[in-house]
Amino acid sequence: MKKEYNYNFTKKFKMANLISIFFVLISLILIIFKGLNFGIDFKGGTLIELRVESNNIKINDIRSAFSNMDLGDLNVKEFGKKGDYLIKFEKKEFNKVVNIKSIKESVVNKLGVDVNFRRIENVGPKVSTELLNSGLIAICLALGAMLFYIWIRFEWQFSLGSILAIFHDVLITIGIFSILSLEVNLSIVAAVLTIVGYSMNDTVVIYDRIRENLSKYSSSTIDDVSNTSINETLSRTIITSVTTLLALGSIYVLGGEILKGFSLAMIIGVIIGTYSSIFVASPILKYLRVSYKSIVKEDEKN
Amino acid sequence: MLNFSKIKIVLIYLSFLVVSFFCFSNISDSNNFFLKKKINLGLDLQGGSYLLLEVDSTPLQKRQIQSKVIPLKKKLIEKNINYKNFKIKENTILFEINENDKEKFEKFFKDKNNDINIYLNQYRSFELDYVFEKNLVKIFLSKNGIIKLNTSAVDQSIEIVRKRIDETGTKEPSIIKRGSNRILVELPGIKDPERIKELLGKTAQLSFRMVTDDKTEFGNETFILKDTQEKISVSKRIILTGDNLIDANPKYDNINQEPIVAFTLNRLGSQRFGQATSKNIGKRLAIILDNEAISAPVIRDAITGGQGTISGNFTFQSATDLSLLLRSGALPAPLSVVEERTVGPDLGQDSIDAGVFSLIIGFFLVIIFMIIKYRLFGLIANISLISNLLMLIGFLTLLEATLTLPGIAGIILTVGMAVDANVLIFERIKEELRKNISNNIQAFDLGFKRSVVTILDANITTLIASIILFIFGSGPVKGFAVTLSIGLITTLFSAYFISRHLTSIIVLRNREKKFLI
Repeated sequence: MKKEYNYNFTKKFKMANLISIFFVLISLILIIFKGLNFGIDFKGGTLIELRVESNNIKINDIRSAFSNMDLGDLNVKEFGKKGDYLIKFEKKEFNKVVNIKSIKESVVNKLGVDVNFRRIENVGPKVSTELLNSGLIAICLALGAMLFYIWIRFEWQFSLGSILAIFHDVLITIGIFSILSLEVNLSIVAAVLTIVGYSMNDTVVIYDRIRENLSKYSSSTIDDVSNTSINETLSRTIITSVTTLLALGSIYVLGGEILKGFSLAMIIGVIIGTYSSIFVASPILKYLRVSYKSIVKEDEKN
Repeated sequence: MLNFSKIKIVLIYLSFLVVSFFCFSNISDSNNFFLKKKINLGLDLQGGSYLLLEVDSTPLQKRQIQSKVIPLKKKLIEKNINYKNFKIKENTILFEINENDKEKFEKFFKDKNNDINIYLNQYRSFELDYVFEKNLVKIFLSKNGIIKLNTSAVDQSIEIVRKRIDETGTKEPSIIKRGSNRILVELPGIKDPERIKELLGKTAQLSFRMVTDDKTEFGNETFILKDTQEKISVSKRIILTGDNLIDANPKYDNINQEPIVAFTLNRLGSQRFGQATSKNIGKRLAIILDNEAISAPVIRDAITGGQGTISGNFTFQSATDLSLLLRSGALPAPLSVVEERTVGPDLGQDSIDAGVFSLIIGFFLVIIFMIIKYRLFGLIANISLISNLLMLIGFLTLLEATLTLPGIAGIILTVGMAVDANVLIFERIKEELRKNISNNIQAFDLGFKRSVVTILDANITTLIASIILFIFGSGPVKGFAVTLSIGLITTLFSAYFISRHLTSIIVLRNREKKFLI
């Protein structure tokens, strides 16, 4: 038989919490002062992905082909394979003179080679504001729904603990996106929502065990119960994280450029979510003085 | 938990077989009712264009306010209300009345049966709102009045948009209403939406009016002729509009071989056109399209047959487009593209290839990991994982869901997270075995029972998140929510029934063996 885990997690809670608080604060500062690199979904603007087969075309040629058209802030980068470029510019609304058709024609003329326009996206100012708002509403609603579900299934201390853990995960993930200036678009909202679900999932498994053990060892302290519970579920926590990361890693490496940001956000979120269910969600129960008595009292009230 | 009745076993595997059977209908060409179902590929995978159009109702609002002017003046006189300085400014009617007439005004204006400020039953509010500023009355469209105007404009526009797109021969377009003032157009397989965008960007409001010599502003408008740049004065009185047209086709003029548009009028149109042309022989008739004078030919004969032509420096392409627009009717208000996403077919194929490749690799990584970690029970987890995947694809086919690139990511993620349920069960059984080494059956029984609650809790939370994403997500992201949600449900089924049954077979055969997991 394989060994049972028996680490002393509770001893490390204080240190871990200080680190967590530090990272959350740094993330908040970054998000507020450095801000996020919003993609055209949320900022409005135009994105063009194109492929040129000719070897003579360099990134500077692409850039100059798009300049002098009064398209606003212009960003050109190589995208995946050689000859593939992603061009983003500020221009949100077109008219009869300057429009996607005229831009395409002008670029083909200036480059003088065949250009394959693989993807064109344009988001107007009104739509981008709406998309950003509905993204934020979705994330808030998801958090609210989680809070509500856990509140029904567990006691309020658990509800608060799991929500703080989720905030921790989401804030740090977004903080990492801010410091690395990674693009935040619609798929990142999807990733954040999935992180919320995953982190919750991970926390619930440990909480379930803590509650079970609280009634089983009614005389033990919450410290001991948390420690036992975390150790008992540790094997599962690690295995599930590993299989999820294997799947996500496969998307990140092989799934193509479009899914890169999405899978990266998920990978970061899963790692932090796994950490937080052990080192954030569990200590909060201790700080809230959860004990066998407190959960029995709650049960009686209901 | 280890005992399954025969009926239960049959039901479990039957439902598994039925659902996963639909995977195959994706690769069959049969037209059979059951095999016809297929997973739809999203625009990001098959290539195509997504256009979100917004109706700009400002001109409609202006027209609506203008239409109120004459009846309102009449009503004020009828009710003995003295008004002065009556004018229209930025979609607002302004006039002054005496202090003691205000009550009279409010009485008729807020009467639910008045025919000027119409009461909108479905919104429980009036079409117009008003405010008093001292003696000044300001009348403007209410919030719901604008919504109603937008809604009816969108409803009318959808039909015309559909006609125009159908005329271009685009296959399987999807055209739906979004909110009160938007239309979502999805054009699968289209490479270049520019022509369609151009066609949808024109309202195509056509009118025939007489050119006059009268240069005064009143009742006349000045236009610059498109073909000759000549400045002409045109009467505001409309003889005919595009509504009177029943057909229009591009043709070459018999005389100078120039492309022209030949049109046919309906009966009412023919009569009016006949009268106007017979009375005005020798005068010029202006053809106005979207506030632009495209030509102003001289009337040589009375046109009574209801057939005529429009010339105006057309190319054959522009004559074809104009005919198409005239055939499909005028849009009530201009449409503008507020969001556009176009994916070329080769990028779509690349995305499918990359998505499927990463799915296969991710799947094998997880399978190998589980075998290494759990050996025989890893095999069970893997069988349950494969059946999970088959059922997931089966369900997507059954629902004819739309698969997008993030949707494929959702399937891969499901693969990664699906083993969680099995892991929870196996780990729990291991624990029970440690405590109660002698009795495999009891340990398995307890292990399953205790882990079920946790599995449910854990999956429901993820399900909540993905349902919210489904409601709020747009486009491809919605596809992710679909696969993730269905994946969670198939995961629960395969863990709770299939792995449990397979585990029970092994446990019952090895009652005495120690350290089974």
